Amino acid sequence: MSNAKAQPKSVLWDWLTTVDHKKIGIMYMVAGLFFFALGGLEAILMRIQLMFPEFSFLGYQTYNEVLTMHGTTMIFLAAMPLLFGFMNFIVPLQIGARDVAFPFLNSLGFWLFLFGGLLLNVSWFTGGAPDAAWTAYVPLSSDSPGHGVDYYVLGLQVSGAGTLIGGINFLVTIINMRAPGMSMMRMPLFTWSTFVTSMLILFAFPALTIGLLLLMLDRIFGGAFFDVAAGGNVVIWQHLFWIFGHPEVYILILPAFGMFSEIIATFAKKRLFGYSAMVFATLIIGFLGFMVWAHHMFTVGMGPVANAIFAVATMAIAVPTGIKIFNWLLTLWGGRIKFTVANLFALAFIPSFTMGGVTGVMLATSAANYQFHDTYFVVAHFHYVIIGGVVFGIFAGMFYWWPKMFGYRLDETLGKIFFWLFLIGFHLTFFVQHFLGLMGMPRRVASFLDGQGLNEMNLISTIGAFMMGVAFIILVITLIVSRKNTDNVDDPWDGRTLEWATPSPVPEYNFAQTPLVRELDALWHEKYEGDGKMKAAEPLDDIHMPNGSILPIFISLGLTVASFGLIYSTHVITVIGLLITFGAMFVRSIKEDHGYHIPVSEIKRGKGER
Amino acid sequence: MATNEAVDQHTLPPNPEKATLEGRNKYLGFWFFLGGETVLFASLFGTYLGLRNSTAGGPGGADLFHLDLVFIMTMILLTSSLTSVFAIINMRRNNYKGLLMWMWATVLLGLTFLGFEVYEFYEYYHQGLGFTTSAFASSFYTLVGTHGAHVTFGVLWIITLLVRYRKTGLTLTNAPKFYTAVLYWHFIDVVWVFIFTVVYLLGIGG
Ligand code: HEM
Ligand SMILES: [Cu+2]
Repeated sequence: MSNAKAQPKSVLWDWLTTVDHKKIGIMYMVAGLFFFALGGLEAILMRIQLMFPEFSFLGYQTYNEVLTMHGTTMIFLAAMPLLFGFMNFIVPLQIGARDVAFPFLNSLGFWLFLFGGLLLNVSWFTGGAPDAAWTAYVPLSSDSPGHGVDYYVLGLQVSGAGTLIGGINFLVTIINMRAPGMSMMRMPLFTWSTFVTSMLILFAFPALTIGLLLLMLDRIFGGAFFDVAAGGNVVIWQHLFWIFGHPEVYILILPAFGMFSEIIATFAKKRLFGYSAMVFATLIIGFLGFMVWAHHMFTVGMGPVANAIFAVATMAIAVPTGIKIFNWLLTLWGGRIKFTVANLFALAFIPSFTMGGVTGVMLATSAANYQFHDTYFVVAHFHYVIIGGVVFGIFAGMFYWWPKMFGYRLDETLGKIFFWLFLIGFHLTFFVQHFLGLMGMPRRVASFLDGQGLNEMNLISTIGAFMMGVAFIILVITLIVSRKNTDNVDDPWDGRTLEWATPSPVPEYNFAQTPLVRELDALWHEKYEGDGKMKAAEPLDDIHMPNGSILPIFISLGLTVASFGLIYSTHVITVIGLLITFGAMFVRSIKEDHGYHIPVSEIKRGKGER
Repeated sequence: MATNEAVDQHTLPPNPEKATLEGRNKYLGFWFFLGGETVLFASLFGTYLGLRNSTAGGPGGADLFHLDLVFIMTMILLTSSLTSVFAIINMRRNNYKGLLMWMWATVLLGLTFLGFEVYEFYEYYHQGLGFTTSAFASSFYTLVGTHGAHVTFGVLWIITLLVRYRKTGLTLTNAPKFYTAVLYWHFIDVVWVFIFTVVYLLGIGG
């Protein structure tokens, strides 16, 4: 077998073919931030349209497209990939692994996500984006003219396949690749939440796959699933969509919970209060997340019994979530709290998210839901949980882990300006929307009338949105100007978990010797009980690494080509695309990857550099 | 570290498919994948059950299904599960020839099944059940067709393995591959048993 180090390659080629989980994590971050900016721009466009009554800035059709793309982009192309970026980079380090279980599939997952996301956005240039909202309810979506919704169906199908692959990869990595001594009950909470999230992905995404398949068959091949005249049933779409869609919000929030748990413990200089209760609560939330999908369907006429069952099941989630909130508060209690930007986002998260939780329980009251449904009250609710929870988590995680991922610390002063602007902008935008909703302003409508008492609050909401936009620009500036802060990046926060035991930037093999884990908060334990360094679980030896591969790009490209064939019903193109995909898969399966070895001498050199 | 070279008869461990970390990862990952596939088919079954009486004036299951034909198909697929079990037994005994032979038998049975399925669809089509005829038709062809696509993929996968490894002997690299292919094959059979019950028996009886 080959012992030689892989040939030196150009930088671009290196990134295109990489199977290193850390580089893949960084690519998820970069792509996620790009789509986040795009989704944010779409949000601002919507808010400009709603700035004044009967304003004509966007036109109704464009508004529908921007609305649809905003929701879809934020959920599938920004929030999830950003979280995946952290998971990819951090989880193997936290469990003391050299790699993930399936490096090749990991890279495939990334490229599928990226191609799917780009495919979705190509629709802007080919005669119109999807316009049936991110929930794509039939018959709105099945009857939508043009090809917008076809792009939605295929773009999400391609990127969804990538997500599923990523989920399976994390599950196997966490189960099989933990360092000696890293029992399940010693895993950091971010790893735990990645684990539960991956379970949710595994069981939620196939339902979406089928929903999208049926919609595609109806739109492109004349199927009759949702065609009432031919016996079809539109509620099937709603069930399939929400069987996926509700767990999806937990797929987003659980990793954020995991990050907050670590960040709060680190900056309170205390062990996380109630570790096992936190793990248990995460599992319960994951389980209940599957039982409550129909709370999105109270008004479709399922009947009072079904409504009541789903209402109670929904409210039950408040219990484990409440446990978590109290554990975070008790971790802070008596701690030596440091107000870094990461921690500020974590602290701001607690009240913001709690408000979103309270309105969630209000929405879950099925009788009251008839009043709130499809008004701005819902918009306010889910932005409080999604921004106050997920996006705050992503920002906290960025400031916390940036030194590990990119080798420089983000500027704290600029970071604080960013934090305050974003926080105030956020509450300004969405707090008033509760009242707009209660006063009857419907959601997903491109305009509102004058003289109904809605003018001032809409204007305030738009001003808040602009503040968030400015804040985001400051964030981007921070990312760029902080690049000189390269001192003290290995363990800048006096960390507790294993990722802080590696040098920054992390060498491609992560750990020269697999660490031996002796306690929860492994590194902290060694700092207190040992000499501050992890004990090694193995002698220093050559390290075997997998080779890079360009095939993931070809597999993803093939599916993208096939999607164009389907969208325009040019089935020759579809076949060509599928041939590319299956051809690349075939090459992969007959060519074995023997990988290469990193010799001890090089590892020693790497250690000396520290 | 010599995971890819053929291992000599006496050193091959009793469960070669799980002997290396790579093998264990494949094995576990594949079980998770099957978990996802279960949700996939459950969604299709749910859709079918919701639409199975929505024939919109077109033909329904009771007008079309031939129990004898479907029964033969079921038997063929169940036999193919058996032959794949024999293949794994031979793998455990380190009889590589036997492994290959039983896998080829599995492929042949799979292809026969597919032949019957094509014939079946052809028949129904000529009796007036097009994909677009009714919601029942769409959901029937989608459920059974997705299963058929899985069978096709399984057959191609196994053939690739058989051709690729026709001469290498059993190794710690290909043992997990054969093993997961057989797991997949069993899964496809179990799904068919559900299709037989939910679609055909219920379609004729209820
Ligand atoms: C940057 C600040 C943001 C602003 C100003 C904003 C604004 C809006 C507006 C005006 C709507 C349309 C509501 C309607 O007409 O029904 C909307 C919908 C939505 N937003 Fe945001 N948004 C922001 C950030 C986000 C983020 C970060 C996410 C997710 C991670 C997100 C997810 C959604 C979703 C899922 C919808 C629903 C789309 C639909 O109803 O189809 N938003 N947002
Ligand atoms: Cu929900």
